[in-house]
Amino acid sequence: MKEHNILIIGGGPAGMETAYQLKQLGLKPIIIERNDRLGGHLAQWDRLFPTSETAVGLLERLKENTKDIEVKLDSRITNIEKINGTFHVSLSTNKNFEVDAVVVCTGFELFNAERKQEYGYGIYDRVITNAELEDYFKTHDDKRVDEPRRIGFVHCVGSRDVKVNNTYCSKVCCATALKQACEIKDEFPDADVYCFYMDLRMFGKGYEDLYLRAQKDFDIKCVRGRVCEVSENIEGKLVIKAEDTLLGTPMKMTLDLLVLMCGMEKAKGVEEIQKMLNLESNNDGFIENSGSFVGINRTKGKGVFVAGACTSPKTLPDTIAEARSTAMEVFNYLIHNC
Amino acid sequence: MIDFGFSISKSSHIQMDNVDLKLFNKLEALNPDISTCMACGLCTATCSAGNFTDASFRKIILMLQRGKDKEALEKVKKCMMCGKCILVCSRGINTRNILLSITRIYNEEDK
Ligand code: SF4
Ligand code: SF4
Ligand code: SF4
Repeated sequence: MKEHNILIIGGGPAGMETAYQLKQLGLKPIIIERNDRLGGHLAQWDRLFPTSETAVGLLERLKENTKDIEVKLDSRITNIEKINGTFHVSLSTNKNFEVDAVVVCTGFELFNAERKQEYGYGIYDRVITNAELEDYFKTHDDKRVDEPRRIGFVHCVGSRDVKVNNTYCSKVCCATALKQACEIKDEFPDADVYCFYMDLRMFGKGYEDLYLRAQKDFDIKCVRGRVCEVSENIEGKLVIKAEDTLLGTPMKMTLDLLVLMCGMEKAKGVEEIQKMLNLESNNDGFIENSGSFVGINRTKGKGVFVAGACTSPKTLPDTIAEARSTAMEVFNYLIHNC
Repeated sequence: MIDFGFSISKSSHIQMDNVDLKLFNKLEALNPDISTCMACGLCTATCSAGNFTDASFRKIILMLQRGKDKEALEKVKKCMMCGKCILVCSRGINTRNILLSITRIYNEEDK
């Protein structure tokens, strides 16, 4: 097989793993990343569900695998033009090159919690996001986490909610909430920790065990009901309202810390890439792929493939598995078409 | 008091800040499995007493967690201690033992 260049847009776990596999198959992937580092959201996370193993462990592994691969950091794609089956790519750094296939791995953005104004993020000091708590676990430097006695987690923030135009489930936040709940309880054993959920979607390997562990070993209290509003009392503590739907009664509670489980949304700026490659969006705003079964790695554009959370919310194991299967699809495409 | 024809309705909210969980914590310390309930409702569906009354193991423990002790104890009274709920519980909770503990712990308080 002759040497083929493949453009990988995005250097998160999906892009890194796709590139690694393509390289293993004897092809020449080129990763374009707009940030100054690889790893995407993984690089900002401290520990991973369901076992709380470190994020840095996985990140190092992915980095090790991609160390011989061409990576262009701090780069944006300014133009892609397809001429006679070859994609001509231009970068913001004024570099130009040609590839035979493109894999879009642009990932996701966390929901901007300010849009759910009733939760008071950005207004009340003690309302933080899942990403900020993860950052606290990493650095232990956040004055808002100050020996909290009562902590609440709100599931489905920006997901399963017509009011923010996101009707889908983000898949990862139930498990993240219980993971973080256990971790914060571990740090503050005297605290009462409540999780406000609508359904606990603990579908993956080891997730249900995490749920049981959270209940049994960490005494995390799961309340079925969505938090409807948050206010601040005169002492600067948070007062939340929710219905305990299993009891059928509304409840109020004062908290020292409220963590919002922000879901996934399409990545910022991905529209430009979509325009260049003629890719449509699905109802959830993510990139449309060619169906839900055998076409998951393909798009309607010939030679344009997808991997990871750019098409729908995904867990890390899902993302890595999809990246591997996308690499296989690209390989088959190049054998038969180029 | 002069009746002006107005009245104030009591809040229907459970105010968790005012709920005293001392007894529940005692119950939980004796029966740690109580915290693993996942509200599947099997215990209530199979309950011999639940067919005719509002007995429900699931609701009993939920009410105790929310400070609705009186209502919970009313439900406990209707239990016949048949033990069917132990046979079905998805989480393997020793329900009957918990029901006995409740009678002991919460009635001691009455004295
Ligand atoms: S994974 Fe859980 S918290 Fe996240 S959107 Fe789905 S149901 Fe809500
Ligand atoms: S032991 Fe009580 S609660 Fe359980 S099934 Fe029998 S009557 Fe119902
Ligand atoms: S059967 Fe067990 S897990 Fe299910 S509701 Fe009853 S106590 Fe809870």
